Amino acid sequence: MTMLSERQQMSYIAAQAADARLNVELETEGMTLNIGPQHPATHGTLRIIARLDGEQVVWAEPSAGYMHRGYEKLTEVRTFPQVTALINRIDWLGSFANEVPFILAAEQLMNIEAPPRAQHIRTILFELSRIANVSLFLGDLGVQMGAVTPVFMAFRDREYVLNLIEGATGGRFHPNFDRIGGLKDDLPKGWLDETRQVMKKLRNFCDEIEDLLFGNEIFQSRTRGIGVIPADVARQYGLSGANLRASGVDWDLRRDQSLPLAYDKVDFRVWTHPDGDSWARCWIRLQEVREATKIVDQLIETLPPGPVMTKVPRIIKVPEGEAWVSTENPLGEMGYYVVSKGDLGPFRVKIRSASFNNISITPWVLKGVYVPDIITILASLYFILGDIDR
Amino acid sequence: MGLVDRGRLPAPLTKLFNIGRSYSMWVYQWGLACCAIEMGAAFGSPRYDVMRLGVIPLPASPRQADLVVVSGTVTDKMAPAVKRLYEQMPEPKYVISMGSCANCGGPYWDSYSVTKGVDQIVPVDVYVPGCPPRPEALLEGVVLLQQRIKHEDMGARWRGEGFKPIVRESEPIVVGGGPIE
Repeated sequence: MTMLSERQQMSYIAAQAADARLNVELETEGMTLNIGPQHPATHGTLRIIARLDGEQVVWAEPSAGYMHRGYEKLTEVRTFPQVTALINRIDWLGSFANEVPFILAAEQLMNIEAPPRAQHIRTILFELSRIANVSLFLGDLGVQMGAVTPVFMAFRDREYVLNLIEGATGGRFHPNFDRIGGLKDDLPKGWLDETRQVMKKLRNFCDEIEDLLFGNEIFQSRTRGIGVIPADVARQYGLSGANLRASGVDWDLRRDQSLPLAYDKVDFRVWTHPDGDSWARCWIRLQEVREATKIVDQLIETLPPGPVMTKVPRIIKVPEGEAWVSTENPLGEMGYYVVSKGDLGPFRVKIRSASFNNISITPWVLKGVYVPDIITILASLYFILGDIDR
Repeated sequence: MGLVDRGRLPAPLTKLFNIGRSYSMWVYQWGLACCAIEMGAAFGSPRYDVMRLGVIPLPASPRQADLVVVSGTVTDKMAPAVKRLYEQMPEPKYVISMGSCANCGGPYWDSYSVTKGVDQIVPVDVYVPGCPPRPEALLEGVVLLQQRIKHEDMGARWRGEGFKPIVRESEPIVVGGGPIE
């Protein structure tokens, strides 16, 4: 290695400055990069069109609709009990959580309430589906940055949660377990003990992921300070859930509204992070899995006895009226605006799903980032295509 | 392999090649909807582990793949992309249609935007029913496809004539309908 003299150093700096001037003067030709609709990083079939200047994104736009299945129209030709079988498949990772707001809206219209035991079990299954959903996110996060190991661990521990959901509901993926006025069945024997053990395993999984992934230097340099969303911008774009909390907004529908669910009977913490970058969004979700396991543990201890179904007519006709119920789903705020005309089926259902709003910020947040960061930012925003397109 | 193209391969040699082909399939994961997660569980999870069946679920592009698993709802907007990606795959290529949506439209049978069955666009070798099918069901579909490949006339496949058995005629297989042997 040779030492540069002072004069050589000066000339080197001058050459670099000349290069920089030249780069400013020379206009590089733009390029349009199409990501998707079939790309592993898009969690399905999202298409992102990005216009690049060199390595930087000048303009980006998501093109949704590749998974549009026409839910809102389909609900008009289904009866109320049939709709739950459909809406399971909106956010397919946390299926049970999709059923709850719709059933609550229908119950609100019929002016009935599920018995306390059913409310508790609903909340337990709600949190289990949150764990099943977000644990896969934590594994998938590694894949987006080139680490393949976390996804195997995520699938390993997610199977335990799916077994629990299958044990209770009979459906591994799409339970279709919620009924207007309660639940289809009570919990099976021995389920609570198994749940306790699985929750321990899941907390171990969170610790492992925190050590493996969040403590990793590469992971930190790929996510820290990248894709920053300030709180006011996040509010304007209608972000919800962990994406909003990662921008420092203390907002959680589980705590902030009183629905006939058992969240007021448990003690849990709503985590926020002041940074608003990709790392904060991932970290908030990690903490959410931990809180969810604690909520499940507390609810198991205080599970009240009693029936799981109130008296409802055999053929369900929902009286005329309108209801809006939204809950804090794994991906954010999910709401149903149900209009009934006193018929067997809903007259109109408007579905507000979290991912659609979460993804609508991409043109703003992708502006000026580098191409490899598109993937990490999209991964940290965490959307599910069925939830965007419906 | 000019011999294969002209279909002049003796039957024992064809069988030998077929065994080799059936246990070294590169599968392109065509994750579209819910089934994509179950496919991920079947292909990428330590519990189900598809590699023990001789299937490699890692090609980065359809151009390197022998088998494609269409898992999930194919919408009318997605259908041209599905067709195009299928055409990019080199012959010999096989398709597993996973889940009710890809088979026939499934719960969206009366939807205005869903293609009622991926077999309208690409030829399907194995249908795996379920909504979504369990990972075990997909693995059974893979095993059935391997059995089908073992009985295939390689020359016909190479000439682009599709599936022709060397032993006897067989219909498209439905998982649970029993193996062909």
